[in-house]
Amino acid sequence: MELVYALAVGILVSAGVWLLLRPRTFQVIMGLSLLSYATNLFIFGMGRLHMQRPPILNDAAPDPSLYTDPVPQALVLTAIVIGFATTALFLVVLLALRGLSGTDHVDGREPEQ
Amino acid sequence: MSVLDHLPVLPIIVPLAAATVMLLLSESRRGLRTSIALGSLLVQLAVALTLLYQTTDAAAHIWDDGIGVYPIGGWPAPFGIVLVVDRLSAMMLSLVAIVSLSVLVYSLAHWDKPGQPFHSLFQLLVMGQNGAFLTGDLFSLFVFFEILLAASYGLVLRGTGMGRVRTGLHYIAVNLAASFLFLIGVALMYGTVGTLNMADLLGRVAALEPDERALFDAGAWILGIAFLVKAGSWPLNSWLPGAYAVSMAPIAAGFAIMTKVGVYAVLRIGTLMSEDEAAATILGSILYYTGLVTLVSGSIGMLATQHLKRLVAYSVIVSSGLMLASLGLGVESVTAPVLFYLVTSVLTTAAFFLLTGMTDRTRLQAPVTDHIETDREMMPDYMAFGIRAPDPYGTEEEVGAAIPAAMAFLGLMFVCCVLLVTGLPPLPGFVAKFTLLSVVLETTPTVGARNAGWVLAVAVLATGLVGIIALTRIGMRLFWSSTERRTPRLHVTEAAPVAFLVLVCLVLAAASAPVMRFLEATANSLHDPDTYITTVLSSIPDTHGDAESSSGDLGGGAP
Repeated sequence: MELVYALAVGILVSAGVWLLLRPRTFQVIMGLSLLSYATNLFIFGMGRLHMQRPPILNDAAPDPSLYTDPVPQALVLTAIVIGFATTALFLVVLLALRGLSGTDHVDGREPEQ
Repeated sequence: MSVLDHLPVLPIIVPLAAATVMLLLSESRRGLRTSIALGSLLVQLAVALTLLYQTTDAAAHIWDDGIGVYPIGGWPAPFGIVLVVDRLSAMMLSLVAIVSLSVLVYSLAHWDKPGQPFHSLFQLLVMGQNGAFLTGDLFSLFVFFEILLAASYGLVLRGTGMGRVRTGLHYIAVNLAASFLFLIGVALMYGTVGTLNMADLLGRVAALEPDERALFDAGAWILGIAFLVKAGSWPLNSWLPGAYAVSMAPIAAGFAIMTKVGVYAVLRIGTLMSEDEAAATILGSILYYTGLVTLVSGSIGMLATQHLKRLVAYSVIVSSGLMLASLGLGVESVTAPVLFYLVTSVLTTAAFFLLTGMTDRTRLQAPVTDHIETDREMMPDYMAFGIRAPDPYGTEEEVGAAIPAAMAFLGLMFVCCVLLVTGLPPLPGFVAKFTLLSVVLETTPTVGARNAGWVLAVAVLATGLVGIIALTRIGMRLFWSSTERRTPRLHVTEAAPVAFLVLVCLVLAAASAPVMRFLEATANSLHDPDTYITTVLSSIPDTHGDAESSSGDLGGGAP
C-alpha cells in the first residue's frame, strides 16, 4: 500500500510541476491543483497509513495503538480549505487576465514568433 | 486570569473582528469604517507597546526572562496551540503596528476609495503578520502566512489594470507553490518528530534515529526554502520587484514588513533547532551565499531600473540579502545588529514607498515606461467585478488641507530616505550598517569566517555605493529637471505619515544605545533556546477553573 501511495504522490507532483511551468494560465492552475492534491496526500501519509483504525478516541478502547494519528487529518482539512480558497482566487485573476489581454498566456501576451 | 493576561491574543483578535465588522458595513459608511480601522490599529499599537514593555528587563516581575506564553483555549503546550511573546515577537509586533498605522493614515487621503474592501483586507494583512510573529506552532505559522498572503493577493490587485493583474498572477502562483513547500516541510517534520510545537522540536530532534534524522533535515530544508521565497532571497525573488512596483504606494508600504516575516521565520526556527549555538540557522552556510548573491543581484536591479517604486522594491531585496548573509555567517553576536538593521530597513522602505505615491504625482502625464500601464484605459473591462480604479496620479482635487512648500518637503524626505536606504551618516541606516560590519569584522572565530566577513563587508559597502548612484540619478530627474514637473498638492494625511516614519528612524538613531541594549538582550534570549523551551513547555494554566473559563471565552485555536 505504501508503495502505491508514494507512487501516486510522486506522479501527482511531477505532473503538477510540469504543468506549473507551462505557459498557459489554465495549465498553471491545473498544475497548482495537482500539487495541492499531492501535498494533501503527503501530509495524510505522514500520519502513517493504517487500515481500520479510527482517529477519534472513545472510552471502549483506551489503547492509543488502536487508533490512527488524528493530527495529520486535521492538518489536511485546513490545508484543503486554504488551498481551495487560494485556487479560487487564482481562477478569478486568471479570468481577469484573459479579459484584459485577450490571451491565456501567463505574461498576458503571446511570445514573438 | 486578568485582562492583562489576555494581551497576547489581542493583536490577532482585534484586526480580525475589525475586518469582519467592516465587511458588513455598507459602502456609504465611510466615516464609521475609517474610525473602526483607525481604532483597531491604535489598540494594536497600544497592546504591542505594552507587550514590548513587559518583555524588557524593566518589567521582569511580569514574565520570567521576558517570555510570555498564552495557551489558546487553556490547552497547555505542546498539545494546544500557544502564542509566545518574547522580545523579538514584541519588537516585530510594535513594528507592524507603527508601519500599519502610518500606512492607514496615508491611505485615508484618497487611496481607500470604494471598490474592493481595502480596509478589511488591510486589517487581515496586519492580522496575518501579527499572528505569524506571535505563534509558537509550526502549522499555525502556515495558517497566518496564508492569511497575510491571501490579503496581500487582494491588495496587489487593487486598482486593477493589465500590469497589476499580470504581476498579481505571477505573485500568486509563486507564493502558492511556496505554500505547498511549506506544508511538505511541516508534514515531514511532524512525521518524524511527532510535534508541531516549535519549543518541543529541539528535544525531540536530538532523540531521533539517524535515518529519521535525515528525513527531518530534509523537511527543515524544504521549510527553509519556503521561508526564503517569502524573504525575497535570490533566486526565488523574481516575483518581488514586480509585485511591489505595480501595487499602489500605501499597499507596497504595507508590504514592507512582509519579506521580514520570512527573515523572522528563518531566525526563529533556526535558533530553536540548532543544537550547537554557533550554527544559528536551518540552512547553514547556504544562507550566507544566497544572501550574498541576493545582495549583489538586488543592487544590480537598483542600477538597472528607471522607476522609483521598482528601485525601492530592489532595495527591499538588498536589505533581505544583507540580513540573510549576515545571519548565514553563523556568528552569534551578529544577530543584534541584524535586528537593528531590520527595524530601520522596515521603517525606511515603508516611508520610501509612501513617498513614491507623492512623487508620482509630480509627473505631468502618466508614465509609460517600465511596464507600468496606466489604469484608466482598462476601466471599462472591469465594471463587471464592481471595481473602480482609483486615480493613481491624483488629477482630481482632494478635499482637506494641503501642506505648504510641497516640493521642499518631498525633496527633504527623499534625501532622508536615500540616506537611510544607503546607510549614510547621521541617520540610523549608518548606525545599523556600521555596528553590523564592525561586529562581523571583530568576531572572527576562524579564518574561513574572517574571509566570509570581509567579503560581506566589501559587498555591503559596494551595494551602498551602487544604491547612492541609482538613487541620486532618480533624485536629479525628480527634483532638478523642474520644467517637466508640476508641484503636486500634498495632503496633510499623506505627508504626516512619511514624516512620522522618518522621525521614528531619527529617534532610533538618537536612542541607539538603549535600543541596542534591548536588541542584544533579544539576541541573547534567541540564542539561549533552552529558556524559551522550558518557559513554553511549562506553561500549564494556573488552575483548572481558569483554563475552562478562558476556553469558553476564546474558542478553539485550531482553524
